[in-house]
Amino acid sequence: MLPEKYEKKIAAAALPEKTKDQLRMFLDGKVITDAQFKQILDRVVREYQSTRIEACEAVGIIAAQSIGEPGTQMTMRTFHYAGVAEINVTLGLPRLIEIMDARKEPSTPTMTIYLEPEYANDRDRAREVSWKIEAAPLHEFGDITTDMENMQVAVHINIKVCEKRKISPMEIMEKAPKNIRERRHYRDFEHKIDEENAIIVFIPKNRESYQNLFQLAEHVRNVIVQGIDDIERVVVRKETGEYILYTEGSNLKDVFDVVGVDTTRTRTNNISEISSVLGIEAARNAIIFEALSTLGEQGILVDVRHIMLVADMMCMDGEVKQIGRHGIAGEKESVLSRAAFEVTVNHLLDAAVANEVDELSGVTENVIVGQPIQLGTGDVKLIAVKPEN
Amino acid sequence: MSTKLDVLKHAMVPDHTIMSEEDVRTLLSQYNITTEQLPKIFHDDPAVKAIDAKVDNVIRIVRISHTAGRAESYRLVIRRPKK
Repeated sequence: MLPEKYEKKIAAAALPEKTKDQLRMFLDGKVITDAQFKQILDRVVREYQSTRIEACEAVGIIAAQSIGEPGTQMTMRTFHYAGVAEINVTLGLPRLIEIMDARKEPSTPTMTIYLEPEYANDRDRAREVSWKIEAAPLHEFGDITTDMENMQVAVHINIKVCEKRKISPMEIMEKAPKNIRERRHYRDFEHKIDEENAIIVFIPKNRESYQNLFQLAEHVRNVIVQGIDDIERVVVRKETGEYILYTEGSNLKDVFDVVGVDTTRTRTNNISEISSVLGIEAARNAIIFEALSTLGEQGILVDVRHIMLVADMMCMDGEVKQIGRHGIAGEKESVLSRAAFEVTVNHLLDAAVANEVDELSGVTENVIVGQPIQLGTGDVKLIAVKPEN
Repeated sequence: MSTKLDVLKHAMVPDHTIMSEEDVRTLLSQYNITTEQLPKIFHDDPAVKAIDAKVDNVIRIVRISHTAGRAESYRLVIRRPKK
């Protein structure tokens, strides 16, 4: 431990926490005089000040270039089965574009589901949780026969499958007709349950039409009776000493409700879903994480500050906005700046119709009209040094 | 049903706290800004609902930063605009 007088001074210094911790670690156990300590601290503070970005620096341009140039070296199209066995994840440039465009749904939504300690160490219990998450259609639970003589669809539930998947046949038989009506919006049928033999019979209302019968059979086959609708597949893997579930498809809200899921670590790659379930700050973290890991996976090193700047811009107004003309670039105050980006004519026409005025306070519009820009030395109007006498 | 989801406990959600009026005043004078110039957060954001903040509150967010270790940020609670 450091002497208290030093600790106090370090805590009060204008330094980031990380630097303070590093300084504490460096000084720990070393014998120094007060004068030496003061010198070290002063030097550290000065060094830190000199690394800070200067006022009026064009950080946005630097971020754009720093992400853009490595972006040109990324693989145009990668459909790897990367990272996790069997699960396909969009990577590389398409994924990066997806993140920046703030798409409502990524092209390959996946979740990483962590389990609570009592489930995470046992393969069978982890599997149990996975049954509750993976969407299973009715045809996986038994034989479906379309009886054309009696115009009905009969399902013989396979008890063994039910036992394996930890669900009672009765539950399936109750869920199936309910879900066909509520989730698949098909109501022209009646059903009869034979609990003893685990048989459920579906009878179409119109008993004359074969087309109706086959339509009904199709719904019966595919109705989801166990698991969460959007999650098509679950893979259980052991990683760093615990079982983790990887999914194809994503539904954060419903997965959080499943018993055994660790609600503090489970995550998805669907950023808009994170934003609506966990809030804008979590979405910001997700953007940084996703962008960084997409770039990192390709062996491209981009400083996290650039990505943080982009994520901050995207999450500024309380919701995730895309970078392009429907988001940040399209909401700029200046007409000329918007016109310079995309769909020039539309912006100029709309601005003319609405009698818009351009204050010429930004960078782009001043470049267009040929004035000094409000950046770097261009932003400094006048410096007067008062003569000393 | 399992334990109810606690948004604030999730690893991706940083600490959110409502700032006192006093703190807001010092913050605004420190940067010489108005509350309108702060980043925004919607009133129906799950984290805002979890700490029970109201419109016009300023929220202090303490992030685990990649660069600084720990960084403070502030957001003004606003009503979600109607689409």
